[in-house]
Amino acid sequence: MRFGFNFILGALLTVLVILAGIFAPWIAPFDPVLNADLMNAELPPDATFWFGTDAQGRDVFTRILFGAQISLTVGIVSQVINSIIGCTLGMTAGYWGGWWDDLVNGLTNVMLAIPSLIFALAVMAVLGPGLPSLLIALGLTNWSWTCRIARSSTLSLKSQGYVQAAQTLGYGDLRIMFTQILPNMMGPILVMATLGMGSAVLSEAALSFLGLGVQPPFPSWGSMLTDARQLIRTAPWVAVFPGLAIFLSVLGFNLLGDGLRDRLDPHMRTRTP
Amino acid sequence: MLRFTLRRVLQIVPTVIVVALLIFVIFSVVPGSFATSLLADGKRTADPQLIAHLNQEFGLDKPLTERFVKYVTDLARLDLGTSFRSRQPVLDLIGDRMWASLELALAAMAFAVVVGVPLGFLAALRPGSILDTTTMIGAVSGLSMPQFWLGLLMMYVFALHLNWLPSFGYGDGSFRNLILPAVTLGVTPLALLARTTRAGVLDVLNADFIRTAHSKGMSEAKVVRWHVMRNALVLIVTTVGLQFGSLIGQAVVIEKLFAWPGIGSLLVDSVAIRDIPAVQGTILVIVLWFLVINTLVDLIYAAIDPRIKQG
Repeated sequence: MRFGFNFILGALLTVLVILAGIFAPWIAPFDPVLNADLMNAELPPDATFWFGTDAQGRDVFTRILFGAQISLTVGIVSQVINSIIGCTLGMTAGYWGGWWDDLVNGLTNVMLAIPSLIFALAVMAVLGPGLPSLLIALGLTNWSWTCRIARSSTLSLKSQGYVQAAQTLGYGDLRIMFTQILPNMMGPILVMATLGMGSAVLSEAALSFLGLGVQPPFPSWGSMLTDARQLIRTAPWVAVFPGLAIFLSVLGFNLLGDGLRDRLDPHMRTRTP
Repeated sequence: MLRFTLRRVLQIVPTVIVVALLIFVIFSVVPGSFATSLLADGKRTADPQLIAHLNQEFGLDKPLTERFVKYVTDLARLDLGTSFRSRQPVLDLIGDRMWASLELALAAMAFAVVVGVPLGFLAALRPGSILDTTTMIGAVSGLSMPQFWLGLLMMYVFALHLNWLPSFGYGDGSFRNLILPAVTLGVTPLALLARTTRAGVLDVLNADFIRTAHSKGMSEAKVVRWHVMRNALVLIVTTVGLQFGSLIGQAVVIEKLFAWPGIGSLLVDSVAIRDIPAVQGTILVIVLWFLVINTLVDLIYAAIDPRIKQG
């Protein structure tokens, strides 16, 4: 088993973000919300405040560590919802065919015609701002590609010997789908979910930046950048570090996803070195 | 070609209808609460009489079926409803801001094509070179970067620090105001275009007809011009079309960052105050726009590559 440099870099970055999120309460030098102290406002990075402080005098490094929790929650929860919707619709459509297949196909095409951030905005408009709405909005947004992959995998798995054997044994449709077909298409679904984590983290940042996502004072990387826009003239470091955190974690998920895809499916291998 | 064009244009119609229905369904899930949230100012609860008045004014007290019929008949007459906040027709609000958005999107895509395609091309002709490696590292980074963050940093460097460009605003539509938002918005499609162009050109370079062209003594420049470019073009045009969707989505954030008076910032402002008719109308127009661009792309590549029409 050989792993490319990109895959290892991606895995390292991902592990780093996960560790930061899990151990934030223990390694963070300050409290992310309560440590506001106007005497320390807008200090540049130094030995005490590694990444400087924001307009309320809170430690940017601490808030970035805690922000990892929100990004990870959003990434994981939205991708679990995505995968459940996509797999259920795609698998049943591929297995049963007929009018159900046409309906699912039509719905997938319509979803693909709406830019995903726009659809997420629409859902946020209905549910109002906040973390729970954000999770639902992003969970409902990007399942179309997963659905397509699940459908085409099901179509090809349906004719496999072991699936036909299960049919001969009189297994029910749902039992066949969940015990015979689903385990055999987990690879591509996992790749989609890993790549989807990256875009979910980016969307969360964008929506929080617009003031619709995680509400202050809780530290989300996106909403930290909203504050940074006001401070860009006087305290540019407040803008640099949260963005860097988003960039490195999304890079991690993307490289990891690409690497997994190359391992699992040599046909889909991207030609980038 | 005419039949293909007609078929492709007619395909837009059912999609738009379903999207319009979907939008109506989404916004009917939570009924009645809009007037409340529209009037709430965070300190005290709104006057019930005022809520009832608003509900009546916008027909929110009517049963769902009646509202649905009104929505459909209005749409058929190209009426997108009246904004809750400004009390103006939504179509007028969109019309006022349409051009700024179109300008920004086209400028961003033009920037991405003009820089991304040649980079990918050169990278593919010299695989493993320094240019190739830097381009590909840049492309992976560009795809993982939050665009608005890059915009924020560029705003700091080029507008506030060096003072070369205005930091935000439309500024009577001057070109200088367009540069920062367009470059920011163009970064992701640029990265993707460089990547796909490189992959596409590498693919074509390994094809049999290129070896044939070489073996019959065609010069390198001619091979690239006649065969490689034309075949890679299909992939490039497809990527441009697909990227327009996410570009329109991202434009919402970039417009807000640079205070650009387009339909993206209209959408964000309307979502923030839950001005539902404005949200519905903006989304519908954006989707329509995206579909039209995709159809154009299909037609363009059918013109480039006759093999596609039969499919």
